[in-house]
Amino acid sequence: MSSGLGLENLVDQTISVITNDGRNIVGILKGFDQATNIILDESHERVYSTKEGVQQLVLGLYIIRGDNISIVGELDEELDASLDLSLLRAHPLKPVIH
Amino acid sequence: MLFFSYFKDLVGREVTVELKNDLALSGTLHSVDQYLNIKLENTRVVDQDKYPHMLSVRNCFIRGSVVRYVQLPPEGVDVELLHDATRREARGG
Repeated sequence: MSSGLGLENLVDQTISVITNDGRNIVGILKGFDQATNIILDESHERVYSTKEGVQQLVLGLYIIRGDNISIVGELDEELDASLDLSLLRAHPLKPVIH
Repeated sequence: MLFFSYFKDLVGREVTVELKNDLALSGTLHSVDQYLNIKLENTRVVDQDKYPHMLSVRNCFIRGSVVRYVQLPPEGVDVELLHDATRREARGG
């Protein structure tokens, strides 16, 4: 069964990561391990605010420690292309409180 | 181990996962692992107007450590079976 946990079926795909401090980082998954540490290539951060549209900050190659990851989402490229980020207004996500 | 097996039996059901950052996601439970990491399919954020951050995400992996609650379908809960299983576990297997 390909339901194999872990993220193997997302490798080389664009993913959207929500971190524990509420940041949203989008990039191409290059690697991961059992602690959910991940390697992201060509990554950028999407900064949400209520004052202006979503800002995209280029980050490049990133390693994110698993401890600091909340969600790894498979980005649907078609859906994503249909979004107008410059019109999206939202409060930044709250940090995780354990 | 008990809850790992329990969640494995719920694969395919509709669940709502509330996270420790107050985000709530509903979707079809696709799989669970030993850390109770959860994979959801056909994910929807419960309050999408307030949280548009995942509008283009349909399938996601949620780290077990950030899960606060999992809301289950009532028919997915067999209290008798859980009673027995927890007693068995308390006796040491």
